[in-house]
Amino acid sequence: MTPGERHITRFKPYQRLMHLMLFTSFLALATTGLPLLFSHQAWALTWARLLGGIQAAGIVHRLFAALLLLLFAFHLVELAWRLIVRKEHGLLWGPTSMVPQPRDAMQFWQHIRWFVGRGDRPRFDRYAYWEKFDYWAVFWGMLIIGGSGLLLWFPQFFSTVLPGWIYNVALVLHGEEALLAIGFIFTIHFFNSHFRPEKFPMDMVMFTGHVTESELRRERPAEYERLVAEGTLERHLTPPAPAWLSKIGSVVGALAVTLGLGLLAFIIAGTFYE
Amino acid sequence: MPARFGLGIGTVVVCLLAASAAAAQTPAAPVNDDCLACHGDSTATRATGTSVAVAADVLGKSAHGTIACISCHADLAKTTEWPHPEKLQSVSCGTCHEDEGTNYDDSVHGRAVAKSGLAVAPRCSTCHGTHNIQRPAHSDSTVHRTKIAGTCTTCHSGIEPLYAKSVHAQPLGPQHSAAAVCSDCHTAHRIQRSDTDRWRLSVIEECGTCHLKRISSYRDNFHGQRTALGSARTATCSDCHEHHVILPASNPASTVSPQNLVNTCRKCHVQASEAFVKYDPHADKHDATRSAPMYWTNRLMQGLLFGVFAFFGVHTLLWFPRSYKARREQRAAVAAGTDTPS
Repeated sequence: MTPGERHITRFKPYQRLMHLMLFTSFLALATTGLPLLFSHQAWALTWARLLGGIQAAGIVHRLFAALLLLLFAFHLVELAWRLIVRKEHGLLWGPTSMVPQPRDAMQFWQHIRWFVGRGDRPRFDRYAYWEKFDYWAVFWGMLIIGGSGLLLWFPQFFSTVLPGWIYNVALVLHGEEALLAIGFIFTIHFFNSHFRPEKFPMDMVMFTGHVTESELRRERPAEYERLVAEGTLERHLTPPAPAWLSKIGSVVGALAVTLGLGLLAFIIAGTFYE
Repeated sequence: MPARFGLGIGTVVVCLLAASAAAAQTPAAPVNDDCLACHGDSTATRATGTSVAVAADVLGKSAHGTIACISCHADLAKTTEWPHPEKLQSVSCGTCHEDEGTNYDDSVHGRAVAKSGLAVAPRCSTCHGTHNIQRPAHSDSTVHRTKIAGTCTTCHSGIEPLYAKSVHAQPLGPQHSAAAVCSDCHTAHRIQRSDTDRWRLSVIEECGTCHLKRISSYRDNFHGQRTALGSARTATCSDCHEHHVILPASNPASTVSPQNLVNTCRKCHVQASEAFVKYDPHADKHDATRSAPMYWTNRLMQGLLFGVFAFFGVHTLLWFPRSYKARREQRAAVAAGTDTPS
């Protein structure tokens, strides 16, 4: 960061709070769910005992599942509010939308060409294609893991309308999709957002909420130029985050990343060393 | 009675003479022939009239046939007074059979004797016999596979008619013995109370020693995963299949027959319905015939996992070196002062 640089808001406090609660419940769900998925491994029993027994782990798992489902419901309500009441049709299409668009496919191809030295870096806007993938992966995961989790939580209720073999399917879906989600977040998401050399060791934007002007210009030139052209860049200016927030962000982020990589080590061990 | 008593007195007198003669020469421990000099008489009794006879041929043919009497009746090795006192220390089999002794002490039988003072609780000899003791593989042994159910039901007589009905009582085992005898599930010496969590969880592995495919599919499903992690509040084998009256699902009387399944599941899932019991606690995600929806879900998910990780794996591997280069370019630009805010 160059001294005297301007700072631009990327994520509002409630978005950062959502991300904080999302990864907290995600880590808690992974921690309390993994022993069951790897119950044939000797370490799973020790793990379950450290959590206070598999019954206690089950209760914590359901509490955080309820929190995460609430967050998801809140997000859906928020989207509906912004779309219907505030008529933010930009949510559905355009540079600030999460909806995949032809430009994303083109930028993906350009990005690959840039990786291998056959072209310039794509001029990304607010959300790049891998970030949209992250978003929709969570969305999809919420439906699959949340849905199958609810089935397994209330089997007697759902069997008034569904046949019992659905729980056999739900158990496989829940476990495999959880492996996908955990594996993806702790490798691909961690790399894309934090570990890649330009960001290493951690991109603090999700904790502090802002980026420097030079970073925005370099990383998301299309967004930067759009804000300048619209004359709205000034509206997004913000004083830099206080030192305590950056510190807490670093500590919490480092803890989350460490826990995530720890869980990943057990998953790899459990998957490949039967 | 008077004639018998007379014989008893006579025997004691003879013994007394023989023993004192031996003691006068060398104060050595008695050998088996010394013991049999009195106990070899089939009419030898205590003062109360109960027999103390030991048949020399039965002892000779037993597993302990070549062992000295004083190996088991150890306190007699140091006795100098003959005939010896009527009350001897009880035999400690654990002196030689150490593991069995330790396991027995920790078993429901051992605890009943040592802790609860239950006079009717079995000691070693209750199951194995005394001077006629045989190795379990010997067809005359009371704990031979073909005899063990009879031995256990001497006391556990209420279990006999239940077990007799079960598929485990069918002569499918070695030497036409039952498919599973008491000790196959309950163990021989580590027998536990059947209502403890420890037993409930450990007996699953006993079932699994024969039912290999079933234990594997059980462990791959919810009940088996939970019990593997120590939850006793989850269905174990016997919760669904019963314990002594175990019957195949094809038998209408079985707890897992289609007719009885709803009631069996309702023991825990009180609102279980016909639809609910279509759940398969032994579903196998690798078996396309038995568990088709689960099999295809698993295949689909594995394809998805492979696809996502292969795609983003390559993406990341390509991105890493380029990002490293970009970091160095950016640092160089900052150092050169060309990366300042506009």
